Order: sequence, then C-alpha cells, then structure tokens
Amino acid sequence: MQITLTVNGEQITRDVEPRLLLVHFVRDHLGLTGTHWGCDTSNCGTCVLWLDGTPVKSCTVLAVMADGRSVRTVEGLERDGELDPVQQGFFEEHGLQCGFCTPGMMMTARHLLDHNPDPSEAEIREAISGQICRCTGYENIVKAIRWAAEHSGAAEEEVGA
Amino acid sequence: MQVPAAFQYERAKTVDEAIALLERLGPEARLLAGGHSLLPMMKLRLAQPEALVDVNDVAELGGVRLEGNEVRIGAMARHAELLASAVVAEHFRILADAERVIADPIVRNRGTIGGSLCQADPSEDLSAAFAALKATVVIRGPEGERQVPVREFHVGPYQTVVGPAEIVTEVRVPIRPGCGSAYEKVERRVGDWPVTAVGAAIWMEGGSITDAGLGLTAVGAEHFSSPRAEDLLKGKIPTDELIDEAGKAASEDCNPTSDQRGPADYKRHLAGELTRRALRRAISATRGQEA
Ligand SMILES: Cc1cc2nc3c(=O)[nH]c(=O)nc-3n(C[C@H](O)[C@H](O)[C@H](O)COP(=O)(O)OP(=O)(O)OC[C@H]3O[C@@H](n4cnc5c(N)ncnc54)[C@H](O)[C@@H]3O)c2cc1C
Ligand code: FES
Ligand code: FES
Repeated sequence: MQITLTVNGEQITRDVEPRLLLVHFVRDHLGLTGTHWGCDTSNCGTCVLWLDGTPVKSCTVLAVMADGRSVRTVEGLERDGELDPVQQGFFEEHGLQCGFCTPGMMMTARHLLDHNPDPSEAEIREAISGQICRCTGYENIVKAIRWAAEHSGAAEEEVGA
Repeated sequence: MQVPAAFQYERAKTVDEAIALLERLGPEARLLAGGHSLLPMMKLRLAQPEALVDVNDVAELGGVRLEGNEVRIGAMARHAELLASAVVAEHFRILADAERVIADPIVRNRGTIGGSLCQADPSEDLSAAFAALKATVVIRGPEGERQVPVREFHVGPYQTVVGPAEIVTEVRVPIRPGCGSAYEKVERRVGDWPVTAVGAAIWMEGGSITDAGLGLTAVGAEHFSSPRAEDLLKGKIPTDELIDEAGKAASEDCNPTSDQRGPADYKRHLAGELTRRALRRAISATRGQEA
C-alpha cells in the first residue's frame, strides 16, 4: 500500500506492506540508519523517533500508521550543518560510549527540552527511564542533557547571528 | 527479527466508520489503538488478525473532560494525557498515581486507556484503578450504545464483554463528594508490569466511610476487586485496626500464581500490605490532609 509522509521535513512516498514496522521503514527503505533497532520488545528505546512531534518507540508502530503524518529522526536534529545543542552536549560531556542508545536518548532529550527548557536531574532521569544504556551508567547522559539545557539559548543566538 | 503475519490495513475517521469496517471485515479483524499490546503480540505471532482497523484518526474518541458530575475519558486518550490531566489530578489521585508507574514515558505517549482495558491483561494497572472508582465503560456497536460497569467488563484473562463489531468509546468516572483515593504498586524495576498493585477509593461523610472501592491487579482477584474488604469498611469510622482487617480480607480475596515476577505467597503478602498503604493515603486524602 502507498504511504506519503514527511520525514525530517521532506515529503516521501513509498509502497510498503502493512506489516512493515516504522523502524525498519526508516532504516531499510529510507536508509536513515541513525535510528537504531535493539530489543524488538518495546523496552530498550533505541528506536525512539518523533511521530507528529511526540517521541514513540518505532519498533511498536507500523509504517502505515505514519501515513499522512510527520516523522523526525536523529538525522533531523542538526540544522544547516550545525549540531543541535543536545548533540553538542553528548559530545562535550562524553554522553556515549558505544553509541547504540544515543539516537533514542537524543530524540527524547530534544523533546524534553522543548517542553521543559530547564529540567532537574530527576526530570531528566524520568524522561529517559524507558530507554536502556548498557555503557555509561546514565551519569554522562544526564550531564549531556543538562549541558544542552544550559547552552540552548547560546546556540540559538549563534544560529541567529 | 520479529515480523507480524500479513494483514489488511484500514483506517477509520469516525466511530461509525470503524464499526462498519469491523462488520464488513468479520470476526478476524481487530481494532488498532496505540498498538502497544497488539503489535507485540502480532510480532510474536500470538495474535494473527486478518485485518486491522486503525482508529488513531478518530477525533471523537480522544480527550479527558469534565461533564456534569462525571469525568469522561475517551478510549483513545493516551496514558500521557491522563497523567497530565488537571481534572484527573483534582478528583482522582488514584489515576494519576497509577499512570505515573504504568510502563515508561515513551510507551505512555502511545498506549491508550481503551486499549488497556480491552487488552484485559490480568496485570493491567488501570483495570484495578477503574474497579476501585466503580467506573462505567461505554461501548458502541451496530445495535447502538450500552453502558457496562467496569466490574462486569472483564470476563476472564484477556477477555471482555466487547463484541466483534463493538468499540469502547469512553470510560466514565462519577464524582461523588468526600472522595479520597490512592494507588500503590510494587514492580521489579522502573517501567515494568506490577508484581502486585492495589488502588483504594474511599468516600467519607461526617467521619465515617460511606463507600469504599478496592482494586487489585496481578493477583487473580475476581473483577480486579475485593468486595469482602469493601464491605468491612463501609459504615465504619476508620481506625488502624479496621485498615489491618481490610488488608487481611483483601489478601484473602485474591488468588495469585507464582511466576517470574514472584512467588504466590509474596504476592498475597503484598496485596495485604499495599491495601493498607493505599487505604491510609486515601483516607487521609478525604480529610484534605495531603497536599
Ligand atoms: C514496554 C511496555 C510496558 C508496559 N507496562 C505496563 C504496565 O506497567 N502496566 C500496565 O497496566 N500496562 C503496561 N503496558 C501495557 C500498555 O499500557 C497497554 O496495554 C497498551 O498501551 C494497550 O493500549 P493500546 O492503545 O496500545 O492498545 P492496542 O495494543 O492497540 O490494543 C489492545 C487490544 O485492545 C483492542 N482495542 C483497543 N482499543 C479498543 C477500543 N476502543 N474498543 C475495543 N477494542 C479495543 C485491540 O483490538 C487489541 O485487541 C506496557 C506496554 C509496554 C509495551
Ligand atoms: S527496539 Fe524499540 S524499544 Fe527496543
Ligand atoms: S552508550 Fe552504549 S548503550 Fe548507551
């Protein structure tokens, strides 16, 4: 069946089987392999992307359910070659080791900061509680998101300048 | 890689359209709400529907609103919406309490209230919370609309009274004066299903309990409730002894089984202890003693 959706601002039309999961559509049909695929059981959260502006676990959504909607993946975070403050934060604070959980963590972080620009450590930990990191012990992920919170204004000014 | 078996996909824009599609596609068709129970089952081939009717576009099924002396929760309201609702926070703390510990924030963005009730998992948190509140489920089908008390909604594990071409449209919770409520859950780790959970709703007038609702989940309690503990509480002035007795009655009203979440005797112990904790909080909330 034919679906048309917006992915990172670009309109895309493709023919897909109804049983195709959104995570595989994004990775295998669109080549956007930034979104990872881990547990397959809605637990790990590495497949998190935005559907109509809301973070969802894309291993538990059908591609056809995204027909007529908008999707934003980790590839859609940077703007005009500038890293999003969240991406910069993960770089500055060493928020990743193997990087497997990172795309999902960053998509959740961006959404959190859009709705709560100055989150406490507890709020950050709650926001990412549906996502598993096997490397960092979460400490530096929390710091990376705090870094982004503290530098979001500055980053916007730079882009504006 | 887990892949569901092939199926036909249809999207409905209205409840009537969804009912017509379910009728046309036959008993092997299923409604697709958030998909967070159905799709995992399809990936494991535990469910193999021939067709799915997606109701995510049906606007009339959404929303949480106050109407008269009822809070009406649309079947497609997401867990996150219920958690964020000011009306719910004001009147039914038990629902906000429960939502805070159902799955994780990302799953809560997607899973729906109707889907949770219709999945009828014996460990579902909201089934216990709504049982405590004595909510009503509104069901619409080809023959029109009917209302079913939530305690008559589930007929067994994974089974409800919803017919093949019927749709749950709304859950209604009556607001009655003097109510206090709370939800207590023990889980193995953040985001997990309950080992055991108990919700309590208490209505008080002039210092004594006029009505009580106790919802229990994951412990095999019939209709997710404990009528014996409720009867014990009604008409009494709350004391520590009364709360202890109610906890004991609730633990006797359940029929837990041992599984990967814990042994049966541990769950029975939890049912009693969580009943006591939920009751203490619910009762003190009726006195306006909690912030
Ligand atoms: C990782 C994870 C953790 C979870 N943890 C918990 C937890 O701790 N506690 C808890 O209680 N739940 C938990 N859940 C379950 C979750 O909250 C709900 O079961 C799930 O969201 C069901 O809602 P849904 O909208 O996704 O339903 P779906 O999966 O879309 O549907 C479930 C079933 O209900 C039927 N259905 C859906 N809507 C209707 C309707 N309006 N009328 C008639 N039939 C309908 C469908 O046909 C299907 O058979 C968890 C789920 C996941 C994936
Ligand atoms: S792959 Fe989606 S939650 Fe793990
Ligand atoms: S950095 Fe390896 S899983 Fe998070």
